[in-house]
Amino acid sequence: MTGMTTQSTAPTGTRRPRARGERSPLASFGLHATLLIASVVAVFPPLWLLITSFKPKTEAFDTGLVKDFTFRNYQHVLTETEFPSWLANSLLVVGLTTVIGVFISATTGYAVSRFRFPGMRPLMWLLLITQMFPVAVLIVPLYNLLASLGLLNQPVGLVVTYLTIAVPFCAWMMKGYFDTVPVEIDEAGRVDGLNPFGVFWRLIIPLAKPGLAVTGFYSFITGWAEVAYASAFMTGEENLTLAGGLQTFVNQYTSDWGSLTASAVIVAVPAALIFGFAQRHLVSGLAAGATKG
Amino acid sequence: MVAPVVVVIGVIIGYPLVRGMYLSTTNADEANVERTIGVNHIPATYESVGLDNYTAILEDGVFWDRLSWTLIWTVSCVALSFAIGLTLANMLNRKLAGRSLYRTALILPWAVPAFVSVFTWRLLFNEKNGLFNQLLAGGGIDAIPWLNDPTWAKISVIAVNVWLGVPFMLVAMLGGLQSIPSELYEAAEMDGASPWQRFRNITLPGLRSVSSTVVLLSSIWTFNMFPVIFLLTRGGPGDSTEILVTYAYRLSFVVSPRDFASSAAWGVLILALLSVFAIVYRRALRKQGEVW
Repeated sequence: MTGMTTQSTAPTGTRRPRARGERSPLASFGLHATLLIASVVAVFPPLWLLITSFKPKTEAFDTGLVKDFTFRNYQHVLTETEFPSWLANSLLVVGLTTVIGVFISATTGYAVSRFRFPGMRPLMWLLLITQMFPVAVLIVPLYNLLASLGLLNQPVGLVVTYLTIAVPFCAWMMKGYFDTVPVEIDEAGRVDGLNPFGVFWRLIIPLAKPGLAVTGFYSFITGWAEVAYASAFMTGEENLTLAGGLQTFVNQYTSDWGSLTASAVIVAVPAALIFGFAQRHLVSGLAAGATKG
Repeated sequence: MVAPVVVVIGVIIGYPLVRGMYLSTTNADEANVERTIGVNHIPATYESVGLDNYTAILEDGVFWDRLSWTLIWTVSCVALSFAIGLTLANMLNRKLAGRSLYRTALILPWAVPAFVSVFTWRLLFNEKNGLFNQLLAGGGIDAIPWLNDPTWAKISVIAVNVWLGVPFMLVAMLGGLQSIPSELYEAAEMDGASPWQRFRNITLPGLRSVSSTVVLLSSIWTFNMFPVIFLLTRGGPGDSTEILVTYAYRLSFVVSPRDFASSAAWGVLILALLSVFAIVYRRALRKQGEVW
């Protein structure tokens, strides 16, 4: 099978997706060794977090594996701290951000994908450029705006803020998706008597479900893992979201690594699971938006 | 159908942006913005000062210090994670026992929310009791002040950010590699091209459009990467790891009195820098015949 190649030195086919050639045992070993080391580096910190969360509080820095396995940390954060209310706040904020974000970005993406209107190119550029907006340029005006509306410390304020981050990027990705749906489908729908909104709602949306999933995922992650706005806008222990609340376990004054690790695990597991479902679409969505732009 | 969308986008992005630019030309700070104390409503009393904030920032050494560290930070993070991601993607893009297992393991850092990972790293970096220093002590090496020495802190934040950034690069590159037709490799092999030649002349050009997108995005993200620095070192020790974004944040939310105007001016400067970068980058790509 390897007779096609005439090279004598290098192992053949190492750069190809479907190699006809075989790797030399040495190359194979090097490959697996490198990948194994990289995998260990990648997996170790989260794994260590998990291990530490089962250690008694006082042994958080113990270098060994779990000696006295305990659920005490979990019990503590779930019953004796404000963690449940942070979780509830985060879920509320993230839920609203996701639903509203998906709706706005789907309609925007569709509009930009299908209609030609004056100011479209600048709008596209605005969508992309907002990715560059440093937290710093929006945080002060948003802070003042929310303060004057009385929305500081309110979940709604944070939802509005997260929409400013999530919507532009999601709209950009949705446009990429809608571009892959043939215009003929719209036309067929219109011939059959649907109005533009009916076309969008009944034909296009069902076809763009993977895109919607990715958009939803991105909105979810934006809210779930955001630190800067959450730290600045939410004060008072029971108003915090997860990103702000976890900081209170470990700061200048206290370092309660037991509670921190346990709550971190509770935060990370659902995010990782959702990520597992969405990740394949994530990059293809990104690439679609970027190359079709 | 278009109009409401444009309006919504305009309101949630346009308004704060314009207002931020306006604030950057005033002397707004904690003491003179509109605020409510108890039942008393105090109207805003700040006034326009023209471009004074900008001249003050640009004449001050702090800005240039922070800018040069931000550039070092961005370039090293993006370059390292790109190189590592590309290498690993190439290694994974072949018949390999345990391929999907490696892949899952390697993208795990992406699946865990960044702020959770950063806390984990703080646990590992802890100077007195952290795992790394305990391991070093076991090997008879002195403890390293991972987060408490300016140089080590810089290395640590870069390491953590690269750890966080590699999975994105890896997945994007893997997608790019799979879109390169395998016929090209077969033909090259028939012509006697060495693995390195195949990599240089097929793989790299084939990845061009994917890599230009991910490099642009990840440069922007890294430039603005707030959580890693804020949660790992709080910009410290001193302000040695403070990048532009965290410094602007510090001005308006950490120091007292809060200086909203300067912070907004920093924000506008950061935005201007990034816009220039994006335009130059796009020009360069276009010159090489890219679509966008």
